[in-house]
Amino acid sequence: MKDGALLQVENLTKAFPLGRSLADALRGRPQRALQALGGVSLSVNRGETLGVVGESGCGKSTLARCLVRLYEPDCGAVRFEGKDVLGLTGEARRSYHRRVQMVFQDPYASLNPRLSVGDALAEALTVHRIVEPSATRDRVGALLDLVHLPRDAADRYPHEFSGGQRQRVGIARALAVEPSVIIADEPVSALDVSVQAQVVNLFLELQDRLGLSLVFITHDLRLVRHVSHRLAVMYLGKVVETGDTEAVFTAPRHPYTRALIAAVPQVDPHQRSTREAVRGELPSPIAPPPGCPFHPRCPIAEPRCRTEVPALDRRHGGWPVACHLAGAPST
Amino acid sequence: MTAVALAWRRAPVSLVAGVVILAALAVCALAPGLIAPYDPLAFDYGALLQPPSAPHPFGTDQFGRDILSRTIAAATVDLQIAIFATLGPLVIGAIVGLLVGYYGGLADAVFGRLVDLVVTFPFLVLVIAIVAVLGPGLSNMYIAIGVVGWVFYARLMRAEVMVLRGQDYVSAAKVLGYPERRILLRHILPNAARPILVYWMTDMALAILLGSSLGYLGLGAQPPTAEWGVLIADGKNFFSQAWWITVFPGAAIVLCGMGFSLFGDGLADLMDVRR
Repeated sequence: MKDGALLQVENLTKAFPLGRSLADALRGRPQRALQALGGVSLSVNRGETLGVVGESGCGKSTLARCLVRLYEPDCGAVRFEGKDVLGLTGEARRSYHRRVQMVFQDPYASLNPRLSVGDALAEALTVHRIVEPSATRDRVGALLDLVHLPRDAADRYPHEFSGGQRQRVGIARALAVEPSVIIADEPVSALDVSVQAQVVNLFLELQDRLGLSLVFITHDLRLVRHVSHRLAVMYLGKVVETGDTEAVFTAPRHPYTRALIAAVPQVDPHQRSTREAVRGELPSPIAPPPGCPFHPRCPIAEPRCRTEVPALDRRHGGWPVACHLAGAPST
Repeated sequence: MTAVALAWRRAPVSLVAGVVILAALAVCALAPGLIAPYDPLAFDYGALLQPPSAPHPFGTDQFGRDILSRTIAAATVDLQIAIFATLGPLVIGAIVGLLVGYYGGLADAVFGRLVDLVVTFPFLVLVIAIVAVLGPGLSNMYIAIGVVGWVFYARLMRAEVMVLRGQDYVSAAKVLGYPERRILLRHILPNAARPILVYWMTDMALAILLGSSLGYLGLGAQPPTAEWGVLIADGKNFFSQAWWITVFPGAAIVLCGMGFSLFGDGLADLMDVRR
């Protein structure tokens, strides 16, 4: 947690209560809950891309939605430029929304089908009074230029575009309010592989031109290596390892990270591995295992892993990792 | 001009058919005097119970009144019923359904029980009971239908809004910090409006049937006002000798219902953005 981080998350927890049967209620059993986030801490610096990776169901999307306040976290803090944002209301909350925007996973669901692209972009400009009303059309054109869409796209409706083009519209809409941070929740996983690269490169280009900070959430490790400066690996609602992307990829310290990296398919047949990367399934977040959440699947688990929860800290130097058995970084 | 021509060419067949039928009925309703060959209320004792013929294409009733003229004149009352009996429920139902569906919580729970309460009673029985208390007549009939009918619109709207409020574009609007009023009116309402508008068209046809039923029972429009249900009721005693008194107003009800249904179908197609 460096000082001067633009966006800082501390010990964020979020549980979704599940329905309780009448029988359980009568027996006085506590209401069950799905623990989506179990104390996540991370930080994003100015102009940097933080990649967040993990399997489906590890809480990546919940984290994204907590950051933009679509969900209210149960505990913990989200600080933007040092100020807590979770208590913000009214005007202060709106100005936070201006600074931190989101790009959604499904470009077919994230655009209002009844608004033309121009109207959708103009709306963001008007509500936040980004430009004078007379300059709205010009600014809409400039936003379309920025995401490499033709200017006449403004008069067309979302259903007239392909998935990749729609995602560009979604990006332009997020950029309309001139944010400092963009949270991208699996922004390319719904797109064709051929289009993914274009959209990913657009993110990198925009970051370069506008000095944006990006939180890039994905389950694709090759992608995360390509886009992110730093990396946070999530497992069952917790960050298990976070550090410089290249360093982590070169010498992962957490057994889960090692397994994930080993599971990346290799194009070169000589490097293909038939070794099973991660055993078993992700445990249920309704009843997470005691101790280290990864111990049931861990190849090197020891008795204390079953009882003692490892904290995320810099053991023996290097970057933070949540594993009792992590040695000193090998590089 | 070209925009109108283009819209017309793209319009679904059912919409065009519906518009033609409703436009014809609207002309009858607005200017019955121009089309009807006779005064709908004028007695003619020289032409009692005449079968359809050149001077009286739909025949005459037991007082010699021209059935064609009475059927045309009745369009005024019946279209009025279609609109007035449904507009209130449409507006109230849309607002309640929008708010209850979006905010949920206690208001939603209360609304749910209210729906149960209304749905428990047969619609017609409830309306008849209310009219019986308030007294017969058209305006009391509108009130009775309105008190019960908004629930169906609200239920439809609520279900639609509950689906839409979880859509990513609604989340995007929240993340963009848009005020709730804007999210409701610009992002949810236009996308949730289709089912309720289509139902409205069907409901107008049903309202005419209901109005005719109540007219038949003597609880709606009062004689000698020409109203399709009243006309049918008039003809029932003469049905074996003079079928035309009953059949032609009945056909008008069918035609009108078809007009609304076709228009509703066409509207549904037209409002489907992914067409």
